[in-house]
Amino acid sequence: MAHGETVPMPEAQPRRNGGVASVLRSQMRNIAPFLTLIFLTAFFAIASPSFATLDNVGNILTQVSVTGIIAVGLTFVILCAEIDLSIAAIANVTGIAVAYFTLQDSYVNIANVPMPGFVAILLALALCALLGAVNAFGLTVIGIPSFIMTLAMMQIAAGISAMLVRGQIAYKVPPLITTLGSGSIAGVPWIVIVAALMLLLGHLVLTYTRFGRYVYMVGGNREAAEYSGLNVKLILGSVMVISAVCSGIGGMLGVAHFGSAQQNEFDTYLLDSIAAVVVGGTSLFGGRGGIGNTIVGLFVLGVLNNGLDHVNIDSFLKILIRGLILLAALVINVYAQRLRAKAAD
Amino acid sequence: MLDSRPPLLELQDITKSFGGVTALRGVDFTLRPGEIHGLVGENGAGKSTLMKIIAGVHTGFSGRFLLDGREVHFNSTRDARAAGIAMVHQELSVAPDLTVAENVFLGNQPTNALGLVQWRRMAREAAEQLKRLGIDADPMSRLGDLPIGVQQLIEIARVLFSGARIIILDEPTSALSPPEVERLFAALRKLREQGTGIIFISHFIEDILLISDEVTVFRNGRKIMETPAADTSKAALIEAMIGKGRDALEDSYTHDITLPAPPLDKPVVVEADGLSLARNLKRVSFAVRAGEVLGVYGFMGCGQLELARILFGKLAPDAGELRISGERNRFKSTADARRAGIAFVPESRRDMLFMQEPVYKNISISILDRINAVLLKPSRERALAKRQVEQLQIRPADVEIDLGLLSGGNQQKVALAKWLSHPPRLLVLCEPTRGMDVGAKSDVIGIVRQLRDQGIAVIVLSTEPETVLSLADRVIVLKRGEVVREFAGETISKDRLLEAA
Repeated sequence: MAHGETVPMPEAQPRRNGGVASVLRSQMRNIAPFLTLIFLTAFFAIASPSFATLDNVGNILTQVSVTGIIAVGLTFVILCAEIDLSIAAIANVTGIAVAYFTLQDSYVNIANVPMPGFVAILLALALCALLGAVNAFGLTVIGIPSFIMTLAMMQIAAGISAMLVRGQIAYKVPPLITTLGSGSIAGVPWIVIVAALMLLLGHLVLTYTRFGRYVYMVGGNREAAEYSGLNVKLILGSVMVISAVCSGIGGMLGVAHFGSAQQNEFDTYLLDSIAAVVVGGTSLFGGRGGIGNTIVGLFVLGVLNNGLDHVNIDSFLKILIRGLILLAALVINVYAQRLRAKAAD
Repeated sequence: MLDSRPPLLELQDITKSFGGVTALRGVDFTLRPGEIHGLVGENGAGKSTLMKIIAGVHTGFSGRFLLDGREVHFNSTRDARAAGIAMVHQELSVAPDLTVAENVFLGNQPTNALGLVQWRRMAREAAEQLKRLGIDADPMSRLGDLPIGVQQLIEIARVLFSGARIIILDEPTSALSPPEVERLFAALRKLREQGTGIIFISHFIEDILLISDEVTVFRNGRKIMETPAADTSKAALIEAMIGKGRDALEDSYTHDITLPAPPLDKPVVVEADGLSLARNLKRVSFAVRAGEVLGVYGFMGCGQLELARILFGKLAPDAGELRISGERNRFKSTADARRAGIAFVPESRRDMLFMQEPVYKNISISILDRINAVLLKPSRERALAKRQVEQLQIRPADVEIDLGLLSGGNQQKVALAKWLSHPPRLLVLCEPTRGMDVGAKSDVIGIVRQLRDQGIAVIVLSTEPETVLSLADRVIVLKRGEVVREFAGETISKDRLLEAA
């Protein structure tokens, strides 16, 4: 050191994030969704006797499973401050593909290509990975913003789906997929177990691996990540592929869960998955949040959708209420970012 | 020069605390009409806090705030602006995608009776105003296409010509070349004649002495000294700022420096051969040996930023090649450059650090792949970070707090620290001491020298001659993308450097 002594300057020392109020402010992103969940649960439990039952908890878990599987990959994408609008379409095409490669009953009028079950699964996985790679290529190599790139991919995947089924409905999928999608073990549906495992895996990757750290850093400050010598394009490309593969898995199990594979089957899952991630508190600006937030977000949506069925409410009003809740979550999301920036000012 | 009218602005016994920390203690401050008031002090001395109080950013404080002799209370920056107070912040805040004219009139565009923007009038008036600052830019061109120095001048122009009666300039000259500074000062003097009160904050003591009527020195949240600029000297101000003399550092600024003979026995680490890039660089060649600091000096826009980015794989040269330890390298990404042993600190800390992440994650980010293959090892990260924080005397010495809570000088040390736990072969530093106080500057200089002595090749690129002189063993001067002069093994001074550029 050029001079061995530092001037003791308490003024130069920035204030710490002291005080309960300041902690609450900086943690608002995590606290607000959780309070919403508690509030909604309490509300429906009081409003309807059939809501707070063990059976219904099982229902909610099953209902959010496919969204949960898709939302794992989407969490990675949103943490990088990107977006993937092709998740539902990729889920759909992957589900259709796995049926396309499975022998259908004779009354199903699809010119399909039957394969052994594991080959069908591998081909379907390869398809969604490939579509994710195309997203990645467009985003990182060509430089198309993810919003537009995945919008195009949404159409492409829908187009492939249409070509494969040609307006028909396929019912058969490989036995493994049937079991995981619609079977259960010891009373627990396999699809809930798969969703839980994938969420856990996503959490472990984000929290405990180098790749996970890079995802947060790229989302937090992309320029700084690049000037720190991270391969930003590789990381962005990877999250697009991860998102597509998660969507594909969700799509395959979803097809088994619904019992059929057809066009436009997953359309509502685009909004639901984005809503789950954002309602949970993961920042749309990247770098903040995680799978824990996504889980809370999933439950908020799950409790809301399920609870509205238990109370006597106009089914058209339901749609409006969902929209309002989503809006409130977005407001909190943006507001939390501002509070946090203020706390660090 | 000062008239006897009542002060424009008078602050009495101002105290301001953040949480438990007092940033200002009982400060009095007076600004008269037609006065340029220089403000100096190390980072964290309280200058910025005081200015933010004046500009209505900080609203909670104790003490009296008088404007034209009447006590006022601002609830927001809007109130301050309405009262005729305008501030140019240190960080550039322009809209790069808007035109030059729109930026000059941002939020204040001339409109006709229908509320539509009068483009022609706006362009004409913008051009007139800019000409007064000596800027000859097309008012309808996109601001982001202009050099940074010009953008900064345009931001200053916006405030200078906004009609404000009190203008606060926070480090306005750090990105400007000497002729640009001259033009800025001429504009300030004209405003002074019109009775505007100007507060001028700078680390460049020469600038302060040149332009100010009155100088106030802050230290540790207190006003240490107030004196007419004519009655003081650079040495006296520096001593008041830091509380003791720092002769060695002062020497390197004012005296001639004899550059050492190049270490010809050491291996060449990096060799640039005819690097060219569009209009920015023309056949730039140089070599740096292990244990040597190469200074690259030139005015803003001379091509140094582009050169630095080529060295770190962010930009690909159109022609020429780069050899690292004799091996030809074509970096496809900054990750390639990092793996080749190159470390890079850009001119803006914001571009290099993660403000919302803890200090230890900032320090470990560039070496994560060396401490773990797949799984993170946070305890090792923290240990590494703690060692760096200790060695570089980063304050506060806490690796868990968010980086954004550190002062600018300490952030810059973190930017260096992230490359040091696994020393690189070549360290590329852009403006390593810009906007830093004297103490932090000498710390950074010490760190760089230490690295050089360990055998690391260093390239320092700067528009500040002091920075180059205090660090470099050899200097090349860039002018419009070309190497116009090399200084090696000879005596050199600030004058000769400025002359060459």
